[in-house]
Amino acid sequence: MDKIFDVMILGAGAAGLTAGIYTSRGKLDTLILSEGVTGGQMVLTNEIANYPGVDTIKGYELSAIMKRQAKNFGCTMKANVKISKYRLSDEVKSVELEDGRMFRAKAVILTPGGRPRSLDIPGEKEFEGRGISYCATCDADFFRDKRLVVVGGGNSALEEAVTLTHFASHVTIVHQFEHFQAFAHAVEEAEKNPKISFIMESELRAYIGGEQLEKVMIENLKTGEMRELETDGVFVFIGYQPNTEAFNGLIEINERGEFPVDQAMKTNLPGVFAAGDCIAKRYRQVTTSVSDGTIAALSAIEYIRTGK
Amino acid sequence: MNYLRTNIQEVETADELQKIINENENVMVCCGRMGPMCIPVYEIMEELEEEYENVKFYSMGFDNPESVVIRSAPECRGFMGLPFTMYYKNGQVAKATTSIQNMTQVKENLDNHLA
Repeated sequence: MDKIFDVMILGAGAAGLTAGIYTSRGKLDTLILSEGVTGGQMVLTNEIANYPGVDTIKGYELSAIMKRQAKNFGCTMKANVKISKYRLSDEVKSVELEDGRMFRAKAVILTPGGRPRSLDIPGEKEFEGRGISYCATCDADFFRDKRLVVVGGGNSALEEAVTLTHFASHVTIVHQFEHFQAFAHAVEEAEKNPKISFIMESELRAYIGGEQLEKVMIENLKTGEMRELETDGVFVFIGYQPNTEAFNGLIEINERGEFPVDQAMKTNLPGVFAAGDCIAKRYRQVTTSVSDGTIAALSAIEYIRTGK
Repeated sequence: MNYLRTNIQEVETADELQKIINENENVMVCCGRMGPMCIPVYEIMEELEEEYENVKFYSMGFDNPESVVIRSAPECRGFMGLPFTMYYKNGQVAKATTSIQNMTQVKENLDNHLA
């Protein structure tokens, strides 16, 4: 008979690692399976300055500390695995990996997180790393004195656009709506920057180039007019989408691809909890994921001890 | 001088890199920083070190002046995303990739170019 863990956590971002810390410290035999990198979106954050109790910390450093904590409490962790099958509605939950290995547990906490949204337009795969970027911190210095396009209208888009003007000769922000969704101070900073111009109510339709990106095709959503804009690079900041596609048909998911949960982080399936960027909620921060993970873990502990 | 904080052994000089490439049939080198696009690739390399015993895994600091041998390699022309990842076979560049790569992509490159 295969081993049955007490708790299986699917995902190793801030929510998953926190849940693992709590359940393993609560003496539950805990397994964390992760398809992506340990730390999730936290790793994608260069510097975290609003995590209480810590002045500033690199995202990957905070992730490494959480991972170490979980392991020190006895958590078993397997990263970069590919799960092919889920059985979440049985009393004992199970998953099967692509390589045939199976893992079972009495309770499951889903923390698959989210990923940066891409435009999904022609040329995207060809020019990733050759002009298309999702990380200004990583790639801005490749674009010194170059012309850039930033796609998006939230805080990330406007703040990163301002940062990119320290490198680029000019930044054009392309946004699908008439107004920005960013905070007023971020909009003001961008609008007063002489190196930034705006193309509103428009969307990118294609990336065009040879060895590197050379131009983009932009559609004016109001008039339908198409135009080409020469550019050396495009930075895309249009938010995140939950990694919940694998759970379609297995568990309740809302129209935005999120798991609806109650205050105890319970899903519609007994013994299945969810936490972090994958759940329906308003604010997605490391701190809110840590909170969700804590609640999900405590609920899972209660479920295992009482069956409720 | 070490530029990176990973568990992957770091190459510090161009001469050292050349020696490694000359002395080993299969070598993978991830040249990057401790940034969000690079860290996932280091983690994948750490995971694969045991599985791919026929491949030597190394990192190199992108900000290390000695890494110019990678940054200016013809195979990296047009690269504008960290990290630059090099796959060497029998002393030659067999494959070079730019920007973040997932486990499937790294394994495909190892299987297809360093088998």
